[in-house]
Amino acid sequence: MRILVNGVWRETRSQQLAGTLAELGYTGRAVATAVNDEFVAAEARAQLELQEGDRLEVLAPMQGG
Amino acid sequence: MLKLYGSELRSRLLLGSARYPSPAILTEAVRAAHAEVVTVSLRREGAAERSGQGFWSLIRGLGVRVLPNTAGCHSVKEAVTTAHMAREVFATPWVKLEVIGEDDTLQPDVFGLTEAARILCAEGFEVFPYTTEDLVVAERLLAAGCRVLMPWGSPIGSGRGLNNLFGLSALRAHFPEVPLIIDAGLGVPSHAAQAMELGFDAVLINTAVAQATQPVAMAAAFAQAVEAGRAARLAGPIEARDFATPSTPVIGQAFRG
Repeated sequence: MRILVNGVWRETRSQQLAGTLAELGYTGRAVATAVNDEFVAAEARAQLELQEGDRLEVLAPMQGG
Repeated sequence: MLKLYGSELRSRLLLGSARYPSPAILTEAVRAAHAEVVTVSLRREGAAERSGQGFWSLIRGLGVRVLPNTAGCHSVKEAVTTAHMAREVFATPWVKLEVIGEDDTLQPDVFGLTEAARILCAEGFEVFPYTTEDLVVAERLLAAGCRVLMPWGSPIGSGRGLNNLFGLSALRAHFPEVPLIIDAGLGVPSHAAQAMELGFDAVLINTAVAQATQPVAMAAAFAQAVEAGRAARLAGPIEARDFATPSTPVIGQAFRG
């Protein structure tokens, strides 16, 4: 399935967000996620079914003013 | 003591964490500023990158409170979603709410800001809105549930100091009980001292420290200025006058009559 991950099209196999994050290499990382502009809490990732063309944002802590 | 959403703080200097020459200098600057609150953000990170995790470990090691921002958000939706994401990652209900309305000045979109503040306050966030000195907007933000306001001094990163002294003084006078933090635009320690002398409760500094030739020394200088300005406010400054008033007593002066 093709999804947009942080603005880049990626080919992924997992249906659920948790599996997709593991597949992409984010396991164990302090990241927050949103799908199609909606926040998805960490505990909801295992149940969230991704669809072809979904837009996934994976955000990490960063310096800020 | 400064009280922000029930948290008591000794330091009235909040520090941003961006644009330092190195993580080590950021760490030293936070210590030199005696800052107890440091602002942070969220950005996209690829799976192969580790800078975000390293940064978060560094901040946690400082033992400070973090104030996540929604910098770069231009809509209510973006800001609210970013706030949700920040609350999970940083494990705090605090959020420095920014909804930017104009790219040249990074002026807040106060209409979007009040709407986002209403949504987030209702969801239990403790919102620090980055706003202007506008009194009506301030009223709306307080009505939305904000218990702290962060008016700008001047545009973010401009170093111009307090652009609208009349407006900022009016804001202070209108809301004597609300913690008001000058956020953005301060360039040198005298700007911070001036803000504190006007009665603001704290200042938030980033670029002026991070981009100084010696950021650690500048952090210390800002800390001294904030303390001096606060002490001066408590000491009761004199009113400015249009004409001279002799400081030396004129009674008994020689050569007069």
